[in-house]
Amino acid sequence: MRGYTERTKKLREISTTTQPSISLERAVLETEFYEKYYGTVETPVLRALNFKNYMEKRKLYIGEGELIVGEKSEGPQVAPTFPELCCHTLEDMTVMNDRKYISFKVKEEDKKVQEEKIIPYWEKRSMRHKILESMTQEWKDCYAAGMFTEFMEQRAPGHTVADGKIYEKGFLDFKREIEEEIGKLDFLNDPDACDKKAQLEGMAISCDAIIIYGKRYAQYARELASKETDPKRKEELLWIANNCDVVPAHKPQTLAQALQMYWFVHIGVTTELNTWDSFSPGRLDQYIYPFYKKEKEEGTIDYHKARELLECLWIKFNNQPAPPKVGITLKESGTYTDFANINTGGINPWTGEDGVNEISYIILDVMDEMKLLQPSSNVQISVKTPDEFLKRAVEISRKGWGQPAFYNTEELIQELLNAGKTLEDARFGGASGCVETGCHGREAYILTGYLNVPKILDLTLNNGFDRYTGKQIGLETGNPEDFKSYEELFHAFVNQLNYIIDVKIRGNNVIEKLFAQHMPSTFMSVLTDGCRESGRDYNAGGAKYNTRYIQVVGIGTITDCLSAIKYNVFDNKRFTMGELLKALKSNFEGYAHIRNLVLNHTPKYGNDDDYADDIMLDVFTTVRDLIKGRRTVCGGTYQIDMLPTTCHVYFGSVMGASPNGRLAGKPLSDGISPEKGADVKGPTAVIKSSSKMDHTSTGGTLLNQKFTPSSIRGQEGIDNVASLIRSYFELGGHHIQFNVIDRKTLLDAQKHPEEYKDLIVRVAGYSDHFNNLEKALQDEIIERTEQAFN
Amino acid sequence: MKANIFNIQKFSIHDGPGIRTTVFFKGCPLRCLWCHNPESQSPVKEILYDKSKCTLCGNCIRACENKAIEMKDKTLTTNMDKCSFRGDCVLSCINSAREIAGKEYTLNEVMEEVLKDKVFYKNSKGGVTLSGGEPLIYADFNEALLKELKKENIHTAVDTCGYGDFKAIERISKYTDLFLYDLKLTDDEKHILYTGVSNKIILDNLLKLSKIHDNINLRLPLIEGINADENHILEVLSLIKGMNIKKVNLLPYHDIGRHKYEKSGRPYAEDMERPTDDKLNRFKEMFENEGYMVKIGG
Repeated sequence: MRGYTERTKKLREISTTTQPSISLERAVLETEFYEKYYGTVETPVLRALNFKNYMEKRKLYIGEGELIVGEKSEGPQVAPTFPELCCHTLEDMTVMNDRKYISFKVKEEDKKVQEEKIIPYWEKRSMRHKILESMTQEWKDCYAAGMFTEFMEQRAPGHTVADGKIYEKGFLDFKREIEEEIGKLDFLNDPDACDKKAQLEGMAISCDAIIIYGKRYAQYARELASKETDPKRKEELLWIANNCDVVPAHKPQTLAQALQMYWFVHIGVTTELNTWDSFSPGRLDQYIYPFYKKEKEEGTIDYHKARELLECLWIKFNNQPAPPKVGITLKESGTYTDFANINTGGINPWTGEDGVNEISYIILDVMDEMKLLQPSSNVQISVKTPDEFLKRAVEISRKGWGQPAFYNTEELIQELLNAGKTLEDARFGGASGCVETGCHGREAYILTGYLNVPKILDLTLNNGFDRYTGKQIGLETGNPEDFKSYEELFHAFVNQLNYIIDVKIRGNNVIEKLFAQHMPSTFMSVLTDGCRESGRDYNAGGAKYNTRYIQVVGIGTITDCLSAIKYNVFDNKRFTMGELLKALKSNFEGYAHIRNLVLNHTPKYGNDDDYADDIMLDVFTTVRDLIKGRRTVCGGTYQIDMLPTTCHVYFGSVMGASPNGRLAGKPLSDGISPEKGADVKGPTAVIKSSSKMDHTSTGGTLLNQKFTPSSIRGQEGIDNVASLIRSYFELGGHHIQFNVIDRKTLLDAQKHPEEYKDLIVRVAGYSDHFNNLEKALQDEIIERTEQAFN
Repeated sequence: MKANIFNIQKFSIHDGPGIRTTVFFKGCPLRCLWCHNPESQSPVKEILYDKSKCTLCGNCIRACENKAIEMKDKTLTTNMDKCSFRGDCVLSCINSAREIAGKEYTLNEVMEEVLKDKVFYKNSKGGVTLSGGEPLIYADFNEALLKELKKENIHTAVDTCGYGDFKAIERISKYTDLFLYDLKLTDDEKHILYTGVSNKIILDNLLKLSKIHDNINLRLPLIEGINADENHILEVLSLIKGMNIKKVNLLPYHDIGRHKYEKSGRPYAEDMERPTDDKLNRFKEMFENEGYMVKIGG
């Protein structure tokens, strides 16, 4: 059993062996509340009171041996539901209960409650309903065809991260500041003063809500202590009570209180709404090190105690499965993981010096020992980061389950500066979710959906007709057999691309407005700079910086497809466009010679070959320039990310064969990794190719690299991987992560899942149990090129 | 000036320190029985044909303008006299059963390719290794190539069997940071039997080189039944005693080359084996006791 102490061994065991299930407690409390109060107060106040109602009435949980307390629902692996966002049908609940992967057990009596209480109220009031009702036919056609996905269809915006303010102030302080802001409102001259007042009042109520939650925990811990017969545990329970007397109302005084403070905040954010990417403490080692240092000097804490506390926190993250998803949202993000991505290392955000400290190393030890899906742990590597830290991280990473992933500090900062942030704010930035970049505690950087770029070429090759849904969903950009040159084809592709992006963003604008109107996130607004000052909500553009991401999928596939056409049809005239189209239509049946040429004798992305890489650059800059810089309805700016989560599998499943030889239904390339099997020159060539795009003009890119265990053995193996990382980052790469498992092991794991319950692999910007992945995704991971060291 | 090269391998980590690019030159004066790169032996281009992948579909026969390929009794043969290496047969083969081994490179072309990974050499303290085949058979080309590499401040290594004119070795040694010097067998008769040539020149060159170069790694391929015995190790030790050699690589035989023999149409010696780990560790100890730094593997 994994765990540094007996306590964390037991807690981890519970966390990893409990079957996830659903609780309707939150849904019932919310429904009763809405029935009573909806329409009586302004929306932000309503939402805040709803949050407060939950915090006042919900059941509390303190597990045996726990030191840090609080759960999203009634206990470990129990997920609340959010009918105001997505009102599950009874069929949804049956599917969630019965499905083989990512299942959530639903109690029979809860189905009855859902049917009689939840569905009748929320069916037509949920955001999912409002969104789908508001979308145009063209949006619906594109959505059904898998041209893009929609993040807000079942979950709320979020995608942000805490900064250090919760370690410097308590919620009583935040509340006082908010009340001061209300006092300053100018009802004489400011036309928005009334709206601001409602918002600020909501934020103040949210502070009350979390303070009440903390007080209830203090009281509950004392109750348990009074009944506890074991004197040691009794003392611990009183210690927990004392911690909860301090936080979240006041600022923390000790390391334990700092961690408890964060955890209360985490629970607040993730139960106020089911925010995407849950939430994360961000640069945790930077924020908590001062507490550790002070206590260490006072002799009240040491490595062992700090490590146990951090393991307790790690287990807390793992106790919370991502909100149950269904349909396309499950396909784009098929995992229990909720993407709380903690950044360790990097630079000290206050001084700009190397940020690696004792806590950074303890976190690496915790990561290594815990080997948990959640939190997603990463390290930031700066030019100032000592080799010792990098190599310790590589040593853990090469164990092959994908953590920690590696991020480039200088590149992250440059991305943020390029996006117009101040240096000070940029230094408090980092990666979150999978690879997305943002200024922690001061930016709403909201992912809106994945874009299926290879399918846009497919539309172009069919004059706007979608072979999957049998509908004309794109523009009529011309019969491809009439294209006289590659440039004509590319031009048509760009027109098609522009059209689909317009459809997506038109929908996004409506959805953004719907959330701003109906679903303010008042607690999150307390935590995000700008909301208090502007009197506007996190979901309504209140943050200091507002960014909306579209995640671009399949750069490897699209590059190889265009290269196949340019090289074979136009440059070398090996076959005609007509022949290629017939080959695609028949899934290459009867066209083995064409498939052989495009698969094995055509320049491909990932080999440091400028023929293909120049095409990649054309596509990359075109997509980026069509999206980046567009304004959103609440005053934000569009930006791109190059990451797939599990969407490249879904996007491939709605597509026929591609010009690069990819067969119908097969996954697309993931992140900025080359198409499976296309990179034949090894990892340095992959790194060179993928660093040719300007990472600093994006909001994050994801590069997967798989190694066989034999290829990175020994100290030299660590040194070489460390050098690869340093080199990639010197070339401007954003992120790189490793899977170190041989193909044989994976194939065996697929056949005998029972023997590989512990097998964790890197999927996209997160790791998952191999057994939790659907078959197509398992196959996809097996097929990713293994980069052997000779 | 051109050289025939059969592979430029990026991210090579067993041919010298750090992350390297290894340039494999085609052509070798030796014919070691255990050679795992049989396609490296002939200095000229050749067609590799993987019979196990071939379905005898006849696409290659139709694609070849020179009519160099024939099928008789379900066997495909290529008349190399007629082959002009256009590669049409390779493109036409839907089973990837055919490939061309060897490509003519100019100095600039090699430089362009190896410079692509310069950042990795710098960060890993790696560089470029010339191997083969035998790089000495392109002595002029390689002297110029190494000189260019040194101009770029890149660490250079030369992997050689040592069979060649010492003047050539001396010329390239000026621009070589590290020699990976192969020593197969101390006994000359056996050397002739297993490699096709006498070891006199090789041993002589090693002694001479050790007097003018101070960074030589000795590389010993070890094959059970041929040279993997303590006596041989003792002989090697006495041979190199007093020479300026500090590091030894023990390279246990592996049979990944078997498939390549079939592809290049050469007979494969079946009865060779990898020495046991116990044995390898014992040999390692023997060298270490004499003060050498030893690594099993490259």
